[in-house]
Amino acid sequence: MSTTISRHPDIASLMSYVAGSLPEPLAAGVSAHVSMCTECRRRLRDMELIGAELFRASPALRARKIEITVPDLEQDGGAREKPVPHANRAAEKLPEPIARKYGLAFDTIPWRPIGEGAWHYRLPLSPGVEGDLRLFKFAPGYKFQLHGHGGAEFTLVIDGAFSDATGVYRRGDAQDLDDETQHQPIVDEDLGCVCLIACDRPLES
Amino acid sequence: MLEPSFVDLLDRGQSKAWGRMSDLLGKIATERSGDAFRRLFEQYGPRLVAYMMRQGADAATAEELAQETLLTVWSKAALYSSDKGTPTTWIFTIARNLRIDALRKTVCWQELSDELAETIPSDDVAPDHAASARERQERVQAVLGTLPAEQRDVITLAFIDGMSQSEIAAQLTLPLGTVKSRLRLAYEKVRNALEDLR
Repeated sequence: MSTTISRHPDIASLMSYVAGSLPEPLAAGVSAHVSMCTECRRRLRDMELIGAELFRASPALRARKIEITVPDLEQDGGAREKPVPHANRAAEKLPEPIARKYGLAFDTIPWRPIGEGAWHYRLPLSPGVEGDLRLFKFAPGYKFQLHGHGGAEFTLVIDGAFSDATGVYRRGDAQDLDDETQHQPIVDEDLGCVCLIACDRPLES
Repeated sequence: MLEPSFVDLLDRGQSKAWGRMSDLLGKIATERSGDAFRRLFEQYGPRLVAYMMRQGADAATAEELAQETLLTVWSKAALYSSDKGTPTTWIFTIARNLRIDALRKTVCWQELSDELAETIPSDDVAPDHAASARERQERVQAVLGTLPAEQRDVITLAFIDGMSQSEIAAQLTLPLGTVKSRLRLAYEKVRNALEDLR
């Protein structure tokens, strides 16, 4: 599933993600990539060790004086059922975290047109969270205008491919851009492209 | 004088404490031992409260979240196994997830790695064996001890204070790119230190 993924999120994004301090839309994007990418899951495991070590050793947290009440335990509360696997998960093309959180399936995304050869579906974020999280579908050969970004923009290819000056992006590949990058992607001429795009600021369209 | 906690023993590199903490979790999982839970609570409770307050919780909320963290440990202890990491790593990830939900009032996009493993078909290589979880954590401890202060400050603000990259940049009056590169550099050192344990 993950053997062909060659483009990963910025290491800095993964670090903030593990720290729990990546803004929500970008965290959603990273989470979706990670669900498809063995290599990044390995990186996250190393990064969790950093978090645990800081948590353990940080002088700021070494406060012995805090009194805390031990809550009552329900003796039966420990029985935990394993999550029931989704029936068609292996066949589901949408990244698992997105499919599960939004109850969506790749084949039945309620696309809405936004201009010639482009469709989108907006994924709601938590109330008050800034940014934008959307699924996009582009027709084969769709050309973007050269554009920059008012903030961070994270793109994950779910189906098909696109390319720009930095190369080709296929299923599972992530493009993690900061606010200084301009680019002009072109969608694959045969396959078209379905992707998840996350921004830490609202998009214009 | 207070008895040194397990966590403090770990600070002093007394690695026996790892085993004792895993034993506590084992007792919680298999015997549902309330006594083991209370001991775990004494070890981690204060630190969790301090962590939550550092992340912006008031004292009451911080205590609630610390309790919730350890109650999650109680109910999920059966899922813990030492080959997945040290108890501290596991408890830290639970605490982090709870605080994203509660303090930021945003959806938490993190998975506990054991839940991830259960819900995603994966070809991951299991992270070695039980003994190496401890060794890995000790290596990370050594690396972080030698990190330049400027890198350590940035990762501390990210992990302990829960600041986004832009917030860190503003706090330290640094360009965003510098914050990113310090996060990358810190990780590279850790990665190199763990390389031969794969």
